[in-house]
Amino acid sequence: MTENSNQNTNVVVERLRAWNPNAISEVIEFRGETTIVVPRNVLRVLAERCRADKELQFNLLSDATCVDRYPLEPRFEVNYHLVSIPRRIRLRLKVRLSSDDATVDSLVPVWPGANWLEREVFDLFGIRFNEHPDLRRILMPEDWEGYPLRKDYPVEGYRDIPSSATRYTRNRP
Amino acid sequence: MISSMVETATGGAKTMVLNMGPQHPSTHGVLRILLELDGENVVRAIPDMGYLHTGIEKSCEDKTYSQAITLTDRIDYLNPLGNNLAYCLAVEKLLGLEIPKRAQYIRVMMVELQRISSHLVWLGTHAIDLGAMSVFLYCFREREEILKIFEFVAGQRMMTSYIRIGGLALDLPAGWRQRVEKFLKMMPGRIDEYEELLTGNRIWMGRTKDVGYISAEDAVALSMTGPTLRAAGLAYDNRRVFPYSSYPEFEFDVPTRTDSDCFGRYMIRIAEMRESLKIIRQAMGKITADGPFRTEAPGIIPPDREKMKTEMEALIYHFKIFTEGFSPAPGEAFATIESPRGELGVFVASDGSPKPLRVHFRGPSFINLQALPKLIEGKLLADVIACIGTIDIVLGEVDR
Repeated sequence: MTENSNQNTNVVVERLRAWNPNAISEVIEFRGETTIVVPRNVLRVLAERCRADKELQFNLLSDATCVDRYPLEPRFEVNYHLVSIPRRIRLRLKVRLSSDDATVDSLVPVWPGANWLEREVFDLFGIRFNEHPDLRRILMPEDWEGYPLRKDYPVEGYRDIPSSATRYTRNRP
Repeated sequence: MISSMVETATGGAKTMVLNMGPQHPSTHGVLRILLELDGENVVRAIPDMGYLHTGIEKSCEDKTYSQAITLTDRIDYLNPLGNNLAYCLAVEKLLGLEIPKRAQYIRVMMVELQRISSHLVWLGTHAIDLGAMSVFLYCFREREEILKIFEFVAGQRMMTSYIRIGGLALDLPAGWRQRVEKFLKMMPGRIDEYEELLTGNRIWMGRTKDVGYISAEDAVALSMTGPTLRAAGLAYDNRRVFPYSSYPEFEFDVPTRTDSDCFGRYMIRIAEMRESLKIIRQAMGKITADGPFRTEAPGIIPPDREKMKTEMEALIYHFKIFTEGFSPAPGEAFATIESPRGELGVFVASDGSPKPLRVHFRGPSFINLQALPKLIEGKLLADVIACIGTIDIVLGEVDR
């Protein structure tokens, strides 16, 4: 099964390379999964190509998520997991973003299902998606400060919640 | 945006804003939906969630790979074994581990039992939302039998943590076969009973037929998976398309329909319960009385208790695994399973340290919920409840 899927995904890489040789900056094969590292400026056209190409038909966006490699730079990696239901193949698109300009084109125009996934990445990592129709926090409260899944955000959070003992003593004259 | 909607909509000529939830019984947890209504018709719906957000993904980064398993139980609390499996598959992929066949069959059996119990909770609560009280009681009666099997096998009814990296926590206890056998004998008749109560029931059909329709194109575009996608006519099932845990060795059908409404999804889930029974029956035939229940990988999988008493190496490994953990090679892995709600994916990234760099759960409830406005906008308020139920959301998984 792994061999078969490897062959299939290599076809994907060749197909995309034939379409635009500059669209792929790196191909990573690890444990039977193919990852295509994409330059930021071609992400949306490449995604559109993946969906519309008759030989590929990546019609389902399975997942979108982010990895924070702080303190390394480029710090963020946004991963899109694509599925081609007719071809039975999976593919991961990866975009690397540096911390001073963590912005990337939204894929909502390609797959409307990217809407909430990108909102989640924005909410927890602070990545901005250009032309996202509704970019606001989704899991955290609207007035939350900071991006909790960043590596420089402590697990316990920033908020200093007073214990009940200090709360009682503070109110006393 | 939510606050602006509340301010402006009431100022309009005809519409009003209704705040449904977060403490509404039919939202199956704490989901809030802002509904803009024109009479009884829904003009606009904005789901608002996060009330149950507990930062499980962040917590996983602070645990070793094995410790994080207990957190996975708590994501989709109706499918803890499935979550364990998806997480373990991802870590095993990262490590490149092979799992013994016997452990794989036990995993399949447990996960399919879990699927039936999850569908039973769904059926019961969905029916109670639509006013059929008695089905709820029957469903929970049978679910109790499954939970008793889990307690017998794993020691826990719900938060089992039974599936571990490399295999299982424990071997099956003596007498498991009789218990599962008894359940398999009882269950088909009970599913017929639910169908007698609901399938031909005129009220049930009136509340579910032609309610919450979504076309196959829209469902795929919105990344829907699971019974909701299969009811739209696409036979996308991870057990078939991207098989794991020896599923190709099992014979079962992937039921699909084309009506794609609440009734169709109900029929799909009923059919899936019957298919799961078939799979459990086959798995029981494949599970041998003796054999390994986890793989052998020194330094990663805890050694046998007996070996620890006689071998120095085993004792050292045991100590290292439970104090420090193990360090997979740097890399990323994404494993998916077919959970009762759809494609459950776990993404694990390693930087070569004993704690994961990133763990991400692709919760099918979260992504399927995205289609809710599409299902209900332009429809009646009463259908909103049927539509929330039919997506089968678990808020623990939506918010994580």
